[in-house]
Amino acid sequence: MAKKLTVSASPHVRSNETTTGIMLDVIIALLPALIMSVVYFGLRALTLTLTCVGSSVLFEYIARKVMKRDNTIGDLSAVVTGMILAFNLPASLPLWMGVVGSLIAIVVVKQMFGGIGQNFVNPAMTARIILMVSFPTAMAKWVVPFTNTWRPDAVTAATPMAVLAGAEGGDISLVTDQLPSLPQMLLGCHGGSMGEICSIALICGGIYLLLRKVISPIIPFTFIGTVALCMLLAGKGNLEFVAYELLGGGLILGAFFMATDYSTSPINKKGKIIFGIGCGLITSVIRLFGSLPEGVSFSIILMNILVPHIERMTKSKVFGEVKEKKEKEAAKA
Amino acid sequence: MAEKKSLGKEFTKGIIAENPVLRLVLGTCPTLATTTSVESALGMGLAASIVLVCSNIVISALRKVIPDKVRIPAYIVIIASFVTIVQMAVKAFLPSLDEQLGVYLPLIVVNCIILGRAEAFASKNPVLASAIDGLGMGVGFTAALFLMSSVREIFGAGTFLGTNIPVIGNNPMLIFILPPGGFFVFGILMAVVNKMAESKGKQRAELRGCEACPMAQNCSLNKKAECEAKEKPAVKAAAPAEEKKEVAEA
Repeated sequence: MAKKLTVSASPHVRSNETTTGIMLDVIIALLPALIMSVVYFGLRALTLTLTCVGSSVLFEYIARKVMKRDNTIGDLSAVVTGMILAFNLPASLPLWMGVVGSLIAIVVVKQMFGGIGQNFVNPAMTARIILMVSFPTAMAKWVVPFTNTWRPDAVTAATPMAVLAGAEGGDISLVTDQLPSLPQMLLGCHGGSMGEICSIALICGGIYLLLRKVISPIIPFTFIGTVALCMLLAGKGNLEFVAYELLGGGLILGAFFMATDYSTSPINKKGKIIFGIGCGLITSVIRLFGSLPEGVSFSIILMNILVPHIERMTKSKVFGEVKEKKEKEAAKA
Repeated sequence: MAEKKSLGKEFTKGIIAENPVLRLVLGTCPTLATTTSVESALGMGLAASIVLVCSNIVISALRKVIPDKVRIPAYIVIIASFVTIVQMAVKAFLPSLDEQLGVYLPLIVVNCIILGRAEAFASKNPVLASAIDGLGMGVGFTAALFLMSSVREIFGAGTFLGTNIPVIGNNPMLIFILPPGGFFVFGILMAVVNKMAESKGKQRAELRGCEACPMAQNCSLNKKAECEAKEKPAVKAAAPAEEKKEVAEA
């Protein structure tokens, strides 16, 4: 017998994908936005990002050590969490607040629930919300691009989202003088979180992830599509208003990089569609009717919590399974 | 209560092993609501402790007089009278505390800890033991409130008992004095105390079964043996979770 017959349990077909590989792809996809944030906000943006990434990795290491679990810093997920967290912060935020954010994201949200794949909400998003609630003034200090972000009295301005909140019924002619032009919106030359402003860099990153098949297009497109539809209705067909709503705020960052997080989004196509539409609806409702100008983070967190229920609703059918109702009818006949 | 305990044990069990807030999960509402500052938490703890001791004494003294079927209304009347006395005293002597506690002071009437101790302990034990039990539970309640409010006030407001704390005072994390922070601190403290109690070999609080259930007499099942048989095999695994749920719902 030259050839041995190998008998093993399933799965027999394995993918070469690894967590580290996927996370590396996400990091690559985030790089253009990081570069643009450094262009707009100077080295301060890089310092804050590195602080968040460094502290995230450190907290992950310490938490795993303390909880006596194997170390997982090699899978780079902490690096991605740290980067996304930094992208959600204003460039002028004190560095120690970034460290507090990493602590919340990694220790409280991720490791306390069992580490990678076990967290029930997006760690970076939760950390951003907790920071926003805890330090409302520091988290709402939106520095104007190309100004000195190191100075504590850096020039700040309202974000396009805050300006748009003043446009009653989507009538942007009321606020045009305060809004940046649409090309400026696309390039990100306006106030906002470090990573969310440059839409074009984020879209490039998103396309890279789609091409590498790291994320499925369903969630981002249903999410953005729902917001577009709601804004079209709210703005009475004003396309310019819709464009501002789509390019402003954290919608693109959230839709491509945060709503698609594996452990906090549904597995099935149907579930993904429900998840995306839900995110879009909540975002639109908060933007249009809420007291906050931006609702992407809250919508993602709220839908994250609903994911187990969505999964139960959209359980895929086992091959050959017949619906119970039909079976009963068949029995009657 | 099957076994007789020494009075010392009746007192100390309320502090960690059967801490009303952190182990029995009773009185959660005032715990979360009044721990935003150390001052109001201490006020709440003391007020509830006074009511608890007094009502335990009176209920225990009257335990043979009160008819079983109307015992809950009778307990509530007794508790409410003591709460009214405490409330009037606080209004007269500590008006600022009264303002801070607001509606939570009169709400001590329906505090689960007080009614729970009346049902589970005072109605079955002599006066002295009941008084000690009430005192222990009161100390446990106050200690839990003090711990929780210290964490919340120090981190959430940057002060302790109103005095500013140097470093944290500049940038307090507001979330600690908001409800989510309250739940967070509550959960962490509960985990710590559970760990401490477990390391002492006590798996869980002894309150369980029909004996401890306030509805046992009026229970629609009213099959004590059946109930206990059902509970016994599951006691180790399922019962703690179930009990917590029940108490939280109550």
